Amino acid sequence: MVSSDLVVQRPEGLYCPPGDFFIDPWRPVDRAVITHAHADHARRGHGHYLAAAPAEGVLRARLGEITLQPLAYGEVAEHRGVRISLHPAGHVLGSAQVRLEHGGQVWVASGDYFVSGAGDDNRTCVPFEPVRCDCFITESTFGLPVYRWAPQREVFGAIDDWWRANAAQGRTSVLLGYSFGKAQRILAGVDASIGPILVHGAVEPLNAAYRAAGVALPATQLATGVSDKALLQRALVVAPPSVLGSAWVKRFGDCADAFASGWMQLRGARRRQGVDRGFVLSDHADWPGLQRAIAATGASRVIVTHGYEAVMVRWLAEQGLEAGSFRTEYGAEDPANDPANDGEAAA
Amino acid sequence: MNRFAQLFAELDASTATNAKLAALQRYFVEAAPADAAWAVYFLAGGKPRQVLPTAALRTMAVQRAGIPEWLFEECYQAVGDLAETIAHVLPPPTARGDVGLADWVQQRLLPLRGAEPAEQAKRIAQWFDELDPAGRFLLVKLIGGGFRVGVSRLLVQRALAAHAGLDAKLVAQRMMGYTDAKATPDAAAYARLSAPAGEGRSEAGQPYPFFLAHALDVAPADFVAKLGPSSDWLVEWKYDGIRAQLVRREGQVWIWSRGEELVTERFPEIVQAAQALPEGTVLDGEIVVWKDARLAPFNLLQQRIGRKTLTRKVLADAPVAFIAYDLLESQGEDRRELPQRERRALLEAALQGTALQLSPLAQAADWDGFAALRRQSRERGVEGFMLKHCEARYGIGRRKQEDLAAGTWWKWKIEPLSVDAVLVYAQAGHGRRASVYTDYTFAVWNRAPRDAAEAQAVLDAIERREPAQPGALQLVTFAKAYSGLSDAEFTEVDRVIRQTTIEKFGPVRSVRPSLVFELGFEGINRSPRHKSGIAVRFPRMLRLRADKPLHEADTLQSLEALLAAGTIAARESPP
Repeated sequence: MVSSDLVVQRPEGLYCPPGDFFIDPWRPVDRAVITHAHADHARRGHGHYLAAAPAEGVLRARLGEITLQPLAYGEVAEHRGVRISLHPAGHVLGSAQVRLEHGGQVWVASGDYFVSGAGDDNRTCVPFEPVRCDCFITESTFGLPVYRWAPQREVFGAIDDWWRANAAQGRTSVLLGYSFGKAQRILAGVDASIGPILVHGAVEPLNAAYRAAGVALPATQLATGVSDKALLQRALVVAPPSVLGSAWVKRFGDCADAFASGWMQLRGARRRQGVDRGFVLSDHADWPGLQRAIAATGASRVIVTHGYEAVMVRWLAEQGLEAGSFRTEYGAEDPANDPANDGEAAA
Repeated sequence: MNRFAQLFAELDASTATNAKLAALQRYFVEAAPADAAWAVYFLAGGKPRQVLPTAALRTMAVQRAGIPEWLFEECYQAVGDLAETIAHVLPPPTARGDVGLADWVQQRLLPLRGAEPAEQAKRIAQWFDELDPAGRFLLVKLIGGGFRVGVSRLLVQRALAAHAGLDAKLVAQRMMGYTDAKATPDAAAYARLSAPAGEGRSEAGQPYPFFLAHALDVAPADFVAKLGPSSDWLVEWKYDGIRAQLVRREGQVWIWSRGEELVTERFPEIVQAAQALPEGTVLDGEIVVWKDARLAPFNLLQQRIGRKTLTRKVLADAPVAFIAYDLLESQGEDRRELPQRERRALLEAALQGTALQLSPLAQAADWDGFAALRRQSRERGVEGFMLKHCEARYGIGRRKQEDLAAGTWWKWKIEPLSVDAVLVYAQAGHGRRASVYTDYTFAVWNRAPRDAAEAQAVLDAIERREPAQPGALQLVTFAKAYSGLSDAEFTEVDRVIRQTTIEKFGPVRSVRPSLVFELGFEGINRSPRHKSGIAVRFPRMLRLRADKPLHEADTLQSLEALLAAGTIAARESPP
C-alpha cells in the first residue's frame, strides 16, 4: 500500500485520507463529494455534500434536506490542504469528475462519464473535459471492445424513423429509458416535429430540473393526462423501464415498444428485454471512449471501478500503465444483468 | 445482402409470429428472385458446407481488431455468440457495398473454399471492411455454416404460401430437397416453389392435419364417472418417438413430421417398408428406434436425427421402425369421419403383409387394471397410455373438449422421476440468455447429513475452498439442467448466483450452495460423466424448493434406489 495515495478503498466508499472525506460513499459519512445525482452515487444520510453547481437542483429534489456546497466547474475548494475541483463528465446534468491535488500529486476520480466518437457529445450537459493527472480512477461499465457506439445522429435517426413509421400506422411509440439522464437525452435528440411527446410521471420532474438549468428540451406533457386517441396514436412516450408489462403501459393498447440503452448493443440483451426494438444509446463511454479518456489524462496509474474491472486492468497493464481496481457498490455487480433492473445507475 | 440483413434484423427483433410473417412477405415482394431463392434456402435451415472453419475467422478478426486473444475471449464470454463478437470487435467499416445475397453466396462465398489461405484472409478482410456489424454477423454465420434465425421452416413455408396464394402444405412439399447441402437454389428453383397449384412436380404427397391429444387431468378414481367404462376406449402405449404421417400414393411414399415438415429422406427403412402398403393409404403413427427386436430409448433416435448423412453405420446403430396407430385414408378415400374402432380395423387390414408395426392394444378388465398396467410404462420405455374413444373421429389439431367422454384422445402420462438437488455450479447461457446464469450443475449428498449443523459444516468448507475428504459427507454432482424456470425465476436465481459466487473458472462459477430444486428427469443410468457415477435423461427444473432446507436435499441413495427400480424392471419383457 502506497501511503501517499490520495484515494483509497474503505468499507464506506472511496476515501481521501489527507482530506478526510469520501467520494460517492455508499454508507453514511460526514463529508461526501458527489460526482452525480444517480441513486447509486448520491445517497442519503451524509453530513456534508459537495457537488457541481448544475447538479444542485436534481440533488436537492432527490435527497431532500441536505447540507450542500455547490461548486462551479473548475472552481477550487480547499479542504485540509487538499485542493478539490470538479470537471464536466458528460454523463448527466451536473455530473463531474473530482480532481484532487495534494503533496505534489493530482488524482482524478471520474464517477460515470460519457465519451464517444468526435462530435458525439451529450447535448443535455457540459461535455466531458479531460483533466491531466497522475492517477485516474475510471469507471468501466462498457469496458469491452464489443461496445462501440454508432454516431449519435445515426442512433437518433433510427429512433426518429421508428417513431415516424409507428405514427404512420397509428401506433403509440413507447421508448423506455432511465428517468434521469437517458430520458432527457432522448427528448433533446429526437425530431419533435414528428408528433407529440408524452412522458411518465417519473420523468417530468427531471425535465423541469433540466429546463431550469437552461437545457433546451422539446415540449412534453404527462401521458396520464392525455385521452385523445388521435394524439396518442402519433405520440412518442418516454418512460422508465419499470413500466414494461404494467397497467400503466397497457393504456396505449397495441403500442410499439423499444428500449434505449448501451446494453442493447448485444442481441442477447435485446432479446431478453422483450421489446420490439433496442436502440444503442448510452450515457457511458464506449470502449474507444474509455481508452481515449484514459490516454488524455496522461496518467501513469489507473484504478478501475464498476464494470469490467479485471478486463480493463489487464488491458491497461499490457499497455504499460500501472493498473489496479477498487471494488465499489455502484451499479449492478455485473453490468450484463442490468437491463432487467430499473436501477438508473448504468446504461 | 443489406436487404437480407434488414430482414434478418426484423425477424430477430420480433417474437410475434404475425410480425415475422409480415416481414417475410415484404421481403418476398421486394427481393430479386435469385436473392429470395437463397434467402428461403437459409431461412428454411439450408446449410451449405462450411466454407471456412470458424476458428480461422476468429483468428482473422483478432488480428484485424488489434486486440489480444484473451481480450477477444472475454468479449466472447460476454456476448455468447462468436459471429456477433467478431461483428463488434472489428473497427468500423471504411467502405459500404451492396452486393445481393445470391452474388454474395455464388460469386464470393462458395469460390472462397478453394482459395489459398492468404487470398481467403485478404478477401475476408475486405468484406469485413465494407459491412456494418449486422452484415458482418451474417457473413460470419454464412461462412462458418452457423446461420440460424428465429423462424421455423414452417413459417417460411407459410409466408411463401401467403405470398404466392398457395396452400402452405403444398409449398412444404415442393420444398422437399430444396435445402439439401448440395443444392444451389436459383431464380428458377424459387419460381417452382411459388408456381400456381397444379404446375410443376407431382403434388400427391399432401398429408392431413394431425389430430392432437389432450393431457388427462383426472384422478384414476374418477375415470368411470368422467370417461365411462374402459370398454368404450382403445388403450395404447404412448411412445416416446417422432409422431409422423405416412402417405402412400401414386407409387411413392412421403413421411411428414408433426410439424408438417417432410422428413421422408431421413427414414429410408420406413420408406422401404411402406412400399408394400396398398396404393392410396395414409397412416398416423410413431417413428421409434427398434433394435434387437425391442424399443430403444429415445436418446438413440435423437442421435440419429442429429446425423446429417445416413451412413451404413448410423443405419445399423439406430434402425428405425414405424409403429402405426391410425389410418386416415385407404383406397384413396378419406376415412377420418369413421369411428376409431372402424379405422382400427382398416389399419390392421392395411398393415397385412408389410413390415410396418401395429401399435398393440393394452388389455385390462377395467380402469384399475389399466392403472396397474401403466406402472410398467417406465420399464417398457413408454410415456404412459393413449386413450382413444371407440367412437372418436380423427379431428384436426387439439380441439376444445367440454365433454370428456365424447370421442376424443387423451394422453395419460406417467409422472417424471424427481429428486431434490442442490445447485453447485452455474454457467451463463447463450443467445437470449447470454450473460445470464441459466445453466446449472446439480448435486445430491453422498449420504444423508445427520442434521443441519453437519450440512452447514460442509458448506463452510466449500466456501473456504477446502476439498472434501474421501468418505466424508459431501455434495456429488449428477446432472446439468437449464430449463423449466420462467424468465423471472432465472433472473432471481441469477442474482443469487452472483451474490454467492465463490470462484470463477472461465464461464463457470462455483457458488456457496443455497438453492434446492426439485429436478425432474425421464430415466436414470450409470455414467462416468458425473462425480456421482450416475446420469439422468432430460433433466429439468420442476420448481425451486424454497421450503426445503439444504440438509434435507436428496442423497446418492435416493438416486441408487431409482436406478435399482429401473434396472430390475428393465429385465422384464418390452411391449
